[in-house]
Amino acid sequence: MLMEADGEAKLLAGGQTLLPVMAFRLAAPAILIDLSGVQELKGISIDDTGVRIGAMTTWRDIEDDQRLRTAAPLVSAAIEHIAHYQIRNRGTIGGSLSHADPAAEMPGVVVACDACLEIVGSNGMRSVPANEFFLGPLTTCLSADEVLTAVRFPPWPATRLWAFEEFAQRRGDFAYAGIALFHETGATGLVENAHIGLIGATSVPRRLGVAEAALNGRRLDGETIAAAAQLASSEADAEDDIHASAAYRKALVGTLLERALKAAAERAEAL
Amino acid sequence: MKVTPAVNTFVGRPVERVEDLRYLRGKGQYLDDLQKEGQWCGAVLRSSVAHGRLVNIDTKAALDIPGVHAVITAADLPSVIPTIPFRRPNPTIAPYAQPVIAVDKVRYVGEPIAFVLADSAEIAEDALQFISVEIDTLDPIVDWRASENGATLLFDSTQTNIASVFEARSGDAAEAFRAAPYVRRERFSVQRHTAMPMETRGLLAEWDEATSHLTVWGAAKLPFFNRRAMAGMMGLQETAVDYLELDVGGGFGARGEFYPEDFLVAFSAKHFKRPVKWVEDRREHFLAIAHAREMEAELEIACDLDGSILGMRGTINVDIGAYVRPNGMTPVRNVTQFIAGPYRIANLAFDGRALVSNKTPAGTYRGPGRFEGCFFCERMIDLAAKDLNLDGVDMRRRNLLTQADMPYALATVSPNDGFAETACDSGDYRTTFDQCLNEFGWQEKSPLNGQCIDGLYHGIAIGNFIEGGAAGPRESAKIELERDGSVSVYVGSSGVGQGVETIMSQIAADALEISLDRIRLFHGSTSNLKEGFGSYGSRGTVMGGSAVLVAAKEFLAAFQDAAAERLRVPSDQVTVEGGVARTRDGRSVPLIEIAALELISREATYHGSKQTYTFGAAAVHVSVDPKTGRVNILDYVTVDDVGRVINPLTLHGQVVGAAVQGFGGVFSEHLQYDSSGQLLVGSLADYMIPISTDYPHIRAISLEQYPSPNNPLGAKGAGEGGIIPVGGVVVNAIASALRSFGVEPRSLPLTPPHIWQLIQETKS
Ligand SMILES: Cc1cc2nc3c(=O)[nH]c(=O)nc-3n(C[C@H](O)[C@H](O)[C@H](O)COP(=O)(O)OP(=O)(O)OC[C@H]3O[C@@H](n4cnc5c(N)ncnc54)[C@H](O)[C@@H]3O)c2cc1C
Repeated sequence: MLMEADGEAKLLAGGQTLLPVMAFRLAAPAILIDLSGVQELKGISIDDTGVRIGAMTTWRDIEDDQRLRTAAPLVSAAIEHIAHYQIRNRGTIGGSLSHADPAAEMPGVVVACDACLEIVGSNGMRSVPANEFFLGPLTTCLSADEVLTAVRFPPWPATRLWAFEEFAQRRGDFAYAGIALFHETGATGLVENAHIGLIGATSVPRRLGVAEAALNGRRLDGETIAAAAQLASSEADAEDDIHASAAYRKALVGTLLERALKAAAERAEAL
Repeated sequence: MKVTPAVNTFVGRPVERVEDLRYLRGKGQYLDDLQKEGQWCGAVLRSSVAHGRLVNIDTKAALDIPGVHAVITAADLPSVIPTIPFRRPNPTIAPYAQPVIAVDKVRYVGEPIAFVLADSAEIAEDALQFISVEIDTLDPIVDWRASENGATLLFDSTQTNIASVFEARSGDAAEAFRAAPYVRRERFSVQRHTAMPMETRGLLAEWDEATSHLTVWGAAKLPFFNRRAMAGMMGLQETAVDYLELDVGGGFGARGEFYPEDFLVAFSAKHFKRPVKWVEDRREHFLAIAHAREMEAELEIACDLDGSILGMRGTINVDIGAYVRPNGMTPVRNVTQFIAGPYRIANLAFDGRALVSNKTPAGTYRGPGRFEGCFFCERMIDLAAKDLNLDGVDMRRRNLLTQADMPYALATVSPNDGFAETACDSGDYRTTFDQCLNEFGWQEKSPLNGQCIDGLYHGIAIGNFIEGGAAGPRESAKIELERDGSVSVYVGSSGVGQGVETIMSQIAADALEISLDRIRLFHGSTSNLKEGFGSYGSRGTVMGGSAVLVAAKEFLAAFQDAAAERLRVPSDQVTVEGGVARTRDGRSVPLIEIAALELISREATYHGSKQTYTFGAAAVHVSVDPKTGRVNILDYVTVDDVGRVINPLTLHGQVVGAAVQGFGGVFSEHLQYDSSGQLLVGSLADYMIPISTDYPHIRAISLEQYPSPNNPLGAKGAGEGGIIPVGGVVVNAIASALRSFGVEPRSLPLTPPHIWQLIQETKS
């Protein structure tokens, strides 16, 4: 159908983004293709290759799956910041990723986690790393005849330290900025494999490479944290909008990274 | 008139709201639930340009759409396009009245240009895109300074963009300032924001050709005034129009005024002889509902070194948007009259200037001018106390009004729009202040002031307010006996979700000495009574309730007469108690038996033009995260004295709800415009009203130590007081928390980025 519609059709997942957009008359697709009956797109499976979440899995189902708290803790932690429970009952992970709003939580999380996106189209199946999937604000590499079918997260080592921090005006709002972070600690006690996903305060979901580099190989002391926060601030490419200045959002990124690093360290002590 | 009926079975009790059962069972009937056979639905084409000359409107393509029946523009209306009448006229505002549809010029984004009528709202909305409108743009005015400058005039027939100046005077301010040992000048501002009732506005009108009668459903707030306005504009007799009230999902002072759509819907219904329905969507609501609160004040305070306030003066510039709406001057007058609030300040001189701009016209929103004035005054007092090295609590108590000051005349305002002179009625304002300090735990919390705990800075503050209520001149009620012995009570007060059915039923049940379940309450609609007013200016309960008392007295007298006749004794030998009339020799006749003979009906009017003044204090404890700018409300306590509590549950709901609404105005709600006059918010994702989990720590205590001498209930208005102190007290607490940074906020809203910005500014 997608192919036949020749760009005139839109896939309908939970409708929590698409329907408001249509109500505002910003989109008026001639055909809506409802994916809710496609069972193959729903469900969460976990094995030693990692976690696979079907595109049509709702936020609610992800939130309720206790296994994810250890198998993909950043995913679990992010969910409670996504909208309100009524919206989480309908909204899907596939809809959110396909919509590619840089202010949404999950795009930042999948990028931070080196997840892969599974896509099916007229040319068959392909798998795209998250950092290549998002091209710009509300833009992905999906072509008009393609459907996102699942997102696949690599296995999560039990010793990994992580934290999710965001700041929104009200609970459930899109955040001014957010940080999805993990790293490991080597035998020497130095930071390894730092991954920092940036949410909001950016035009495209992405990692903060400069700040990551400033952490790797360092001991996580006050000086390292402050330096990384500083770099994260300048690395964020926020813009002014009606809610906040770019300067505020950039400063916030630094603050959130600092808080995330401390929260991750506290988690280490609790281990 | 003597105060209060004899028995109080219901008044004062936490009676559960009688309307809630209907709401909770989904039986509420809102405007959009109403469908009429053969109705057409309307959609309004609104200007996308803030300021310009209308050159051409082409509706042809829209008319070609299947399902579209008509498109109305100014050309289809009578040659003189009606303007919307003022609720409170004054000598200068006439040229600034709003036409019901744009004629030669458009003056704000959202101004109605055309009205499409179609089989469904969806088709009508689809058709809007096919109307082409040509507009020669003019320079937009988007702030009061540009408006004052007058290089561009909004109204060609005028010489100025200043529609009116209200002058409030008391004593001799010039002399007080000359002699004062301490004077300080400050500038404060409040941002444009407004009411967001859960149910957006809507209207349905039907014209009955046979009886030449127009019925308008969707009334709220003040149906009788609107009927009069409508009749005048349509050239009909007043009795040829009825405004009927359905359930109303919130009003807050903005909903229910006469808007352009009232006329467009009714005119279309009459013109095409079809029921016509229009329901506003939320995005439209942002453009169409009266905006509020946007003002900037340049103020001075004069004090003695002991903290006695000798005088206050200044100018308040109010951006009222493109037109003077029916109630558009009320906030401007109010702010001049109420800045000094509950404080004894002998010398006052304020000018409130109403400046037009190319933005949505402004009107009233809960606590109009009072929320703003209280913010200005309480900030000023804290800043002065700091300068004078005085304790803000002491300084406030020193200046609060006491019973010895009553009645206390507030500053006189000119021009006189009906509220030039008013006086506080009763109370020792220190009682609520002291109780608030106690309940809040001021002593224990004081050491927290300015402290940093786990990265959060703590601050506390307390402030005072008054709330004017019981707007006159009168209100009516009617009580009718029904065949089954029950009683129908009709009252002019209208329901906006505040529980008017419950309150009035309680008052009526006590006055008639019968049980609550024998009373049916009708309110709002013009079909109920010959004359009525409505619910605004914190008057619904006081005025409507007093009218019920008066009507009940007459009803009982009629019952007594009827019973006497039945029992064949002179009337004065019968006493009426508990719904039963008795003779001295022990014979009796209950109301229900009279019902079989005569359906007693009494309509009566309560007259009263003296306002009531609820007074109170609010205290707050905040913590501020300087890195994010987040403010947490850790404790918020208000204590007010409402004269007489009719129902503690509904009252509590009013006070807490108003406080939360106030937090919205302080922290986030903002109708932002860009420099071309485009409104930048279009949804509730951008316009951030508080959500139910935001402010869990609110405590509200209401007293009834000082009944109002001005009405038989002794009650004072209570619908608005809760919102009035929020700005002043919260901002003072934030300033207190951030004292080590030297942050002194002067403008709202205090969003997290704004607070962060203020901290950055003091750093550099
Ligand atoms: C009030 C409110 C608050 C919100 N707050 C947040 C928040 O804080 N954080 C947040 O992240 N989100 C938030 N959202 C968005 C919400 O999470 C949405 O559920 C989500 O963004 C989209 O998911 P959906 O299933 O509803 O997608 P839909 O709206 O159905 O679709 C969105 C887009 O993706 C396309 N699409 C959907 N599925 C696929 C697929 N499998 N393959 C290809 N294309 C597809 C659709 O064609 C459409 O263009 C909020 C929404 C609302 C209404």
